[in-house]
Amino acid sequence: MPIAYPTKGSVGNTGLWRTLKPVINYEKCTKCFICWMYCPEAAILAEDKPVILYDFCKGCGICANECPVKAINMIKEV
Amino acid sequence: MPVMPLSGNHAAAYAAKLSRVEVVAAYPITPQTQIVEKLAEFIEKGELKAKFIRVESEHSAMAACIGAAAVGARAFTATSSQGLLYMSEMLWWAAGARLPIVMGIVTRALAPPWSIWSDHIDVLSQRDTGWIIAFAENAQEVLDLIIQGFKISENDRVLLPLIVAWDAFDVSHTIEPVDVPNQNVVDEFLPKRRKYRHTLDVENPFSYGNLAYPKDYMEFRYSIYDSMLRAKDVIEQCAAEYDRLTGRYSGGLIENYLCDDADIVAIAMGSISGDLKVVVDKLRKQGVKVGFCRIRYFRPFPSEALAKCIEDAKTILVFDRDISFGSEGALCLEVRATVNREGLDKRVYGIIYGIGGREVRQKDLENIIVKAYKEELNHPRKLLWLNLKHV
Amino acid sequence: MGIVNILGKKEILMPGNPSCPGCGLALGLRYALKALGENTILIVPACCTSIVLGPYPKSSVGVPVFNIAFAAAASTAAGMSEALDLMGRDDINVVVWAGDGGTVDIGIQALSGAAERNNNIIYICYDNEAYMNTGIQRSGSTPRHAWTTTTVLGKKEPKKFLPLIVASHNVPYVATASIAYPQDFIQKLKKASSIKGFKYIHLHTPCPPGWRFPSDKTVEVARLAVLTGVWILFEIENGRLRLTGPSRNLVDKRKRLPIEKYISIQGRFKHISKEELEKIKEDVDKLWHTLIQYSSKENIEKQ
Repeated sequence: MPIAYPTKGSVGNTGLWRTLKPVINYEKCTKCFICWMYCPEAAILAEDKPVILYDFCKGCGICANECPVKAINMIKEV
Repeated sequence: MPVMPLSGNHAAAYAAKLSRVEVVAAYPITPQTQIVEKLAEFIEKGELKAKFIRVESEHSAMAACIGAAAVGARAFTATSSQGLLYMSEMLWWAAGARLPIVMGIVTRALAPPWSIWSDHIDVLSQRDTGWIIAFAENAQEVLDLIIQGFKISENDRVLLPLIVAWDAFDVSHTIEPVDVPNQNVVDEFLPKRRKYRHTLDVENPFSYGNLAYPKDYMEFRYSIYDSMLRAKDVIEQCAAEYDRLTGRYSGGLIENYLCDDADIVAIAMGSISGDLKVVVDKLRKQGVKVGFCRIRYFRPFPSEALAKCIEDAKTILVFDRDISFGSEGALCLEVRATVNREGLDKRVYGIIYGIGGREVRQKDLENIIVKAYKEELNHPRKLLWLNLKHV
Repeated sequence: MGIVNILGKKEILMPGNPSCPGCGLALGLRYALKALGENTILIVPACCTSIVLGPYPKSSVGVPVFNIAFAAAASTAAGMSEALDLMGRDDINVVVWAGDGGTVDIGIQALSGAAERNNNIIYICYDNEAYMNTGIQRSGSTPRHAWTTTTVLGKKEPKKFLPLIVASHNVPYVATASIAYPQDFIQKLKKASSIKGFKYIHLHTPCPPGWRFPSDKTVEVARLAVLTGVWILFEIENGRLRLTGPSRNLVDKRKRLPIEKYISIQGRFKHISKEELEKIKEDVDKLWHTLIQYSSKENIEKQ
């Protein structure tokens, strides 16, 4: 039977796809969680502050682009 | 067990009703319409607790049956000819998804040109799909095979959808006495539909049919092939149990009609069988040792049973109500494969008959058998088209 | 934590799935599953999502999903919904999640049938405006003058706008939505799941590789579509049309951002001429006009 069970990382650690890595500057961060809201990967955790799951973050940069206070920088990783 | 005068189509509707189908999704096409009209009547009158989805195409009819079966409902549909071809993509999906669905096919010739009369090309065009395919000889068998069909299809070792096919007008519209089993007998034979490992369930979520890489795909196809072979035993067991409960043996892979000491055996499927049995009886009285092996289930093809049945015969006459263009009749190809596979020494002749409903009289069948008896048939390489107007 | 509570913390779409970085539909699916919850079965025809769902034996979503053939999604959902109703489980959301190709083109017949029968399903069409899964070929939903691999000089025909076609079937609920406005989308989905009958939501999901813009601009492109008036947020509930979100204030053309802002950010419009840009603006005006006519009773009575 072609049955597939729910699995995080169905194609592995997609964090390996990145060339740019988002880094949150928590001093600027106002904890509005807009980055969490707009992450297409669900790779940002909504804890007391937003925490990026680097194992899965593909480095698309939407969070950095949408952050209202520009608290996220895209750092070249490779 | 009341005996009712029923057409093949109405017998199918009664069978679906007795089987307590839960979802019927169908699109009208001549000569199937009476099946779904009768079922709609049963449902609207409250005699059958089911949902009738008046779909907008045959492709959608099978899609709806698939959706229903995927969550564990017993689903039924029926179609013919062009409708079956339109539905074809979804037949492959139903078998690939291992969903137990039963479908009635009223065999009808393909267009162009338009024809509403019977031949078997429509259903045989689907022979590779993984559907179990049975041919009913008369209205009684339509009813019996559909009821057994649900049990075979839903068996854990099978889990493949199933077609029961019968001839347009000869069977679909001809009224015959049909012994209709009581509901409690069918309820004992067919338990309520249950959940399978692959029945969708919000309590236990999974995705079904995701992309499979080359390292995984082949085993799914093998599984269907394997289940088809297991189905042979399941088919015989179901027929035996049906006999036990109804007092009528009306199933099984083949019918052996006077083949045991026959020199010549005719092989055929569907409504021509009645005529062939009459001809066999007549010729036997005249001293011709002829028998008739009726193939009831074309898929899975009953090679072993057939080989045993034709053991003693030297000449085999295969009557095909179809043609696989570029080769010969589909039934004849299977018979030749069986003869070769089982290492038998037989002369096999292919005869094409009844295409587009072309009339075949008992005299025509008799003439061929007599020719075979007198060893006056042409080389098997020359396919004989019966009653063709110009050669 | 306001928006976290509104959207819901539970992630049913899981990270590490095969979607492209910055994928619009992945964001849309994430929102949809938050709105619908786990008491949901998704039916997914051939589309990008067929891949995003993950390769056997791993699934990227925490709800049951039934993959089905390209043209068959709406009919499969109809069969499933009727069966569940018979079994006393009409509480389960039966939801089609399909791309524009499988809805507007090959899937339109089945969709029309299910809408006409008012089958109890939610049909969500996520619109990335081309056959993206097969490599960016045009669909009926591709807008005029957009580049695709099969319309290399730009598509000649206007976009086939499906929401109004579905609304003509007199279904209880039709809406448009955008991934730039998740609360609007989620609200509409929750409303849809409380209604019995055929519900249709058409979600705008920009596609970085297909529309030719960098992956960090997906939400910005979706937002610009709404603020320039190109994508209109509305719902039609029992035949009554209501604009929602920022679209409420954009009936007046002057309040919209210039369309150039939306067009210039996307490489698929890079080649267009002045005349083609005017035609695009005309198409937008025409759609606004149609919607206004749709909602205007007085106009009919005047005739």
